[in-house]
Amino acid sequence: MTELTLGRVTADRDRLLRLLQQYGVYAGVVVLLLANTVFTPHFLSAENFRTQAVQVAPVLIVALGMALAIGSEGVDLSVGSVMALSTSLISLYLGYGPWIAALAAVIGGIVVGCANGALIAFVGVQPIVATLALMVAGRGLALVLLPQLKDVRDPGMAALGSGDVLGVPYLVLIAAALALVVAFVVRRTTFGRQLLAIGDSRPAARLAGLPVRRVLIIVYVCSGALAAIAGVLATARLTASDPTSLGTLMELSAITAVVVGGTPLSGGRVRIGGTVAGAVLIQLLTTTLIKHDLPPSWTQIAQAVVIVLAVYAARERGKR
Amino acid sequence: MLSVSGLTKTFPGVRALSGVDFTARAGEVHALIGENGAGKSTLIKVLTGVHRPDEGEVTYDGSPVRFATPLQAQHAGISTIYQEVNLVPLMSVARNLFLGREPRGPLGLIDFRRMHREADAALRELGVRVDVRRPLRELGVGVQQMVALARAVSVDARVVIMDEPTSSLEPREVRTLFRVIRMLRERGIAVIYVSHRLDELYEICDAVTVLRDGRVVHTGRMAELERLRLVALMLGREIGEVQGEGLTKFSGGHDAEAEPVLRAEELTVRHELHGVSLSVRPGEVVGLGGLLGSGRSETAKAIAGALPTDSGRVLVAGVPVRPGSTPAAIRAGISLLPEDRKAEGIVPGLSVRENIALAALPGLSRFGLVDEGRIDRIVDTFMKRLRIKAAGPHQKVGELSGGNQQKVLLARWLAMQPKVLLLDEPTRGIDVGAKAEVQKLIDELADDGLGVLLISSDTEELIEGSDRVVVLKDGVVVEELTGDAVTEDRLMRAIATAPAGTGDPDD
Ligand SMILES: Nc1ncnc2c1ncn2[C@@H]1O[C@H](COP(=O)(O)OP(=O)(O)OP(=O)(O)O)[C@@H](O)[C@H]1O
Ligand SMILES: [Mg+2]
Repeated sequence: MTELTLGRVTADRDRLLRLLQQYGVYAGVVVLLLANTVFTPHFLSAENFRTQAVQVAPVLIVALGMALAIGSEGVDLSVGSVMALSTSLISLYLGYGPWIAALAAVIGGIVVGCANGALIAFVGVQPIVATLALMVAGRGLALVLLPQLKDVRDPGMAALGSGDVLGVPYLVLIAAALALVVAFVVRRTTFGRQLLAIGDSRPAARLAGLPVRRVLIIVYVCSGALAAIAGVLATARLTASDPTSLGTLMELSAITAVVVGGTPLSGGRVRIGGTVAGAVLIQLLTTTLIKHDLPPSWTQIAQAVVIVLAVYAARERGKR
Repeated sequence: MLSVSGLTKTFPGVRALSGVDFTARAGEVHALIGENGAGKSTLIKVLTGVHRPDEGEVTYDGSPVRFATPLQAQHAGISTIYQEVNLVPLMSVARNLFLGREPRGPLGLIDFRRMHREADAALRELGVRVDVRRPLRELGVGVQQMVALARAVSVDARVVIMDEPTSSLEPREVRTLFRVIRMLRERGIAVIYVSHRLDELYEICDAVTVLRDGRVVHTGRMAELERLRLVALMLGREIGEVQGEGLTKFSGGHDAEAEPVLRAEELTVRHELHGVSLSVRPGEVVGLGGLLGSGRSETAKAIAGALPTDSGRVLVAGVPVRPGSTPAAIRAGISLLPEDRKAEGIVPGLSVRENIALAALPGLSRFGLVDEGRIDRIVDTFMKRLRIKAAGPHQKVGELSGGNQQKVLLARWLAMQPKVLLLDEPTRGIDVGAKAEVQKLIDELADDGLGVLLISSDTEELIEGSDRVVVLKDGVVVEELTGDAVTEDRLMRAIATAPAGTGDPDD
């Protein structure tokens, strides 16, 4: 009899874990919102929400690209360095006007993405190794182009960083638009389907005649381009180019957002809604701790706890 | 010896087993039979601790047991060959054979010498000669099955369970397997045997249990159950209906003068194929005969661009195909149903629907956007025609029964409307009802001008299905049987004869 109930309990626990994996992140966001409403003074203000949203935008944009990479059973560690490269390129090309500078930054991201993709798809290097190489090389290049911090004084950039439409900052609008585009691409396009198939079973995808290499290259190009856009937006917001520190540890935040959002590290599935919520969750967590005067190192510990929880919920659920 | 009562197991959305009673006795071979998705593999997995039952009791050797892991079951003396070959592909044959019980030397290190010697002896006894140091992955599915068999019988088991052990075996290996089973039976071991090949069941089994939709619909002596009645029980139909339908075979009418739709010229792959040439005309089904490792799967893969060739070329309707590229071959109209469906076929985490549409996607999209409506229609058609048993089109393929996964793969390639279809063991693991349906479907496609290259270890299917049979041996075409010469006897003789230039007649 006890054994019978044991069987039920395992089944129930499996169901619970699945729910936790799929919706836990949304629940987490709601809980943090409610808790802050009650315990944090001045939390419920339009101004505060705007600040939070603006801060989360770059992380979210990077996480979108990361979600694609992880969905293809890969990872992109070079995103933080791409942001740094992006900010250096902006300073370098600002003389030609903000548009040209932004374009140069995005092209830089695409080039890095191509390099990642080529190493992975043609040379067959493991994604973690290939993108680690470009993580190191990217930051190095950024520092060669712009050895130290430099102010960005450009009205166009300033407007991008702090302007808004009907009270919604440009940064937030851009991040939301990109999230919608990526979600659409994943769900509705041939590329999206092929990406998931490749992430789930590479040999099967190859034998089914899918253009495996092309898809992989596009994935890393997207990731690079998105990270570069995040770099542009962060530069505009800070009105400064700081290739030494911009984007450091960004890859970790992005991976956390993706994994917490319910995208498994083993590939074959991408949850964009969850990724958005995951980015918001991390942001709220950080704010909560800061507003209650806890040292920043606590944020990292909290982040670690959340990752462990997410990975636990997502681990290969027992097949029993 | 091993029995269960009132066993129930549900998966989300499916009741795989309900109230199953089943007993395996010592010294008896017990057949477990049923349609794809009837619950055979699930029952076995519950017996061996892979799945945990929702309700019911397992009794082993007179006392109730519940194995928490397959390892526990193994230690208790239940040894299992699972349907999907469950070995470690990167490890050597010998390591796989002795996994978890490697012979140790004085320092507690693995004694590789002894392990290799013993592994070699164990396989030789089963008539398999391979270099036991090679990684398992390099061998065909058939040899892998023999390794799994050797592993299962070399432990001191009291119950041996075999889930479709013969699906990739040649007649010769099947004989060996049966010899082993008889030996087990004499030793008083209980054997549970799952297969879709009825002949085998009648030959080797003493008792039979028929499952349908997770319920036991019959259990009794094998010899007392008439063949037609067995099929009727399995499919849940009247005997008359089954008889009326018969078991459809390929009919294969075609124009002998027509330009070949597929021509392979002098395909050479180092160590695998040596100048293999063959052609297939529209509407024709060409069989590839030969033993395990004779190069049949390699030929199919080389034609489909999945195996890089050193020389030779492939033409579809007279137009050369870029070699070594699967997408190019597919664009030219060549589809390959691969042999190893688990590793190379299905995408387990995606739904039935996505899997069926996978290869045909570019054709089902406009400007890179997927046309959901058309996919729904195609998926619906094939799920009905092939009787794919799933909770719905959105169920993950990894959760389907083995035979149903095979059907999903078939649907994927049929949905491509190819010009040439290369089928490597197309009906492996498929139940009798669906087998007839698959053959009928292939026949219809052949009428529309499709050329089919058929590989099957089921000799009967090969002989009856093919208009011509090209016989391979050691990567060389040794004979081509046409017309009245397409008989089992001639095939056997062609296989047995050594080709000119090769010294070893029984390799
Ligand atoms: N892990 C799982 N999750 C969900 N459903 C499952 C799972 N495993 C099996 N099923 C379902 O249980 C049913 C029985 O499957 P099972 O594998 O036992 O069939 P089978 O009789 O072995 O068929 P086959 O002849 O095709 O091997 C099927 O409908 C299958 O879809
Ligand atoms: Mg099965």
